Amino acid sequence: MRASTRTEKIWWTVITVLVLLYALFPVASIFATSFKTPSDLTSGKFLPTNWTGQNYEQILVGSAQDLFLPALRNSIGITVIATFIAVVLATLCAYAIARLNFPGKKLILTTALAVSIFPVISIVTPLFNLWRNIGLYDTWIGLIIPYLSLTLPISIWTLAAFFRQIPWELEQAAQVDGATSWQAFRKAIVPLAAPGVFTTAIIAFFIAWNDFVYGISLTSTEAARPVPAALAFFTGASQFQSPTGAISAAAIIVTIPIVLLVLFFQRQIVSGLTQGAVKG
Amino acid sequence: MSSTTANRRGAHAAEKRPKQVHSDRVKAERRLGWYLAGPAFIVMLAVTLYPILQAFVESLFSLRLTAPDESQFIWFGNYITILTDVVWWRDLGVTLLITVITVAVELVLGFALALVMHKALKSVRGLLRTAILVPYGIITVVSAYAWFYAFDINSGYINSWFGWLPFISEDTNWFAGTWTALFVIMASEIWKTTPFISLLLLAGLAQVPGELTEAAEVDGATWWERMRRVIIPNMKAAIMVAVLFRALDAFRIFDNVFIMTNGEYGTEVLSLLAYRTSITRLEIGLGSAISVLLFICVLLIAFIAIKLFKVDLSGNTGDK
Repeated sequence: MRASTRTEKIWWTVITVLVLLYALFPVASIFATSFKTPSDLTSGKFLPTNWTGQNYEQILVGSAQDLFLPALRNSIGITVIATFIAVVLATLCAYAIARLNFPGKKLILTTALAVSIFPVISIVTPLFNLWRNIGLYDTWIGLIIPYLSLTLPISIWTLAAFFRQIPWELEQAAQVDGATSWQAFRKAIVPLAAPGVFTTAIIAFFIAWNDFVYGISLTSTEAARPVPAALAFFTGASQFQSPTGAISAAAIIVTIPIVLLVLFFQRQIVSGLTQGAVKG
Repeated sequence: MSSTTANRRGAHAAEKRPKQVHSDRVKAERRLGWYLAGPAFIVMLAVTLYPILQAFVESLFSLRLTAPDESQFIWFGNYITILTDVVWWRDLGVTLLITVITVAVELVLGFALALVMHKALKSVRGLLRTAILVPYGIITVVSAYAWFYAFDINSGYINSWFGWLPFISEDTNWFAGTWTALFVIMASEIWKTTPFISLLLLAGLAQVPGELTEAAEVDGATWWERMRRVIIPNMKAAIMVAVLFRALDAFRIFDNVFIMTNGEYGTEVLSLLAYRTSITRLEIGLGSAISVLLFICVLLIAFIAIKLFKVDLSGNTGDK
């Protein structure tokens, strides 16, 4: 590596600022909107004239809380469960793919690929009809099942890529040193595999958290409707008031977990996404 | 996850064994393999293959949920209705337009971002990657609202910021015209999904052997020559995979259009047409036919990409 010169440093500062602007400007934009008063919304300015927390108040404790809080609960519950199931199934599957020799490995990986490019809307129509007939319409389970079509394929690919890099000989080495096979697995393999599983869980969480098509199509009430779908049905405090402020505030709240995960696990997420791509 | 005698041996050793000989150990390993991988495989089939078959069956009926008893088997009547309707072709056109433009812009932008991340000084690398991941992780609907409110004639500030441009004034209504609305829809789509493509390209960049670029540099190749002759040819596979993945993803665009225009003013895309037909109008027969057609479109795109451009999706995924 060459020592960075002065001009180089200036260039990198400019580039960094540009990238930051690109990545964060729309977030800053809706963040600013979420602090505007109703009369301020039409000001034509980026920043609020008076910063106010009334939009957050409205959705968290005020008139719109019945629209937002159940949706938030649904989103968290459904996403966490769907992520958990996907990661457990994918861990078993990827372990077998990376470690065992059996016919059909390629078939499984190809299926995962095919499922991941499947148009979501093509699944929605038949499920909509089926769910109404068997009573899964507007329930948590009715969303968790189709969410697996989003989270499972990428989990399998990412984890298979991770597991292929684990030096499995360590397990044998530990056994030679006198560990039982369970001890060897737990002490030598689990610490190496855990980061991959964790990273996969974050990526699967992002994808399930992002869902909109299933959310609006397979739910009808606050019993199961997740936040992205609920946002589309937000109404203003009165019929003369636009829901802009409330939607912006809700949008910022559901973005917080994303930003936190990204802040803390940036390195893992990038390696998870790029490894899945290279090895896949 | 038990570690039996069977699987303790590396896969490499087992691979070299002749196929005909199935010792107990090999059989046990195969069985265990399917026990572990089977559930995921079955779930994947259950959540996609089953629905699409069901959709195909229902697409042959004139089924409406408003009058379920009048359902009749009409062969491919629904497909004829759709394919002779100008709406399908218009929506297909809009969808393809969005796909081509967004993927083209994202490829250039994503490549630039990948280069920046690849070359970045250590001190800013983490910051850049963190920033890039924000659009990747953000909910598409949130992105749609962010862009919508920025451009909206009531709550927006874009009109007053760019009022000095000849074609923008205080009362430019971006969402009342096809092209202006599509512009904002595509902007939001590009913003949200470029990080994904740039991460795929970053993975490709990392695979280009450093000696090659250094050798070219020593030989006096300019930056542009190194790009065109060394780097891009060496990451062609990564570029193809990224483009195909994004193209198939863009073809499914729904969220941004639904939030910003709900398909008004000639901005309707195919996913929205399917949604409107099945979920809003409860015409399950017609809606299923659109779903099947959409599925066929995706298959066609994937097939063309793989056959024509030789995109190798399962490159080094084989039994390793």
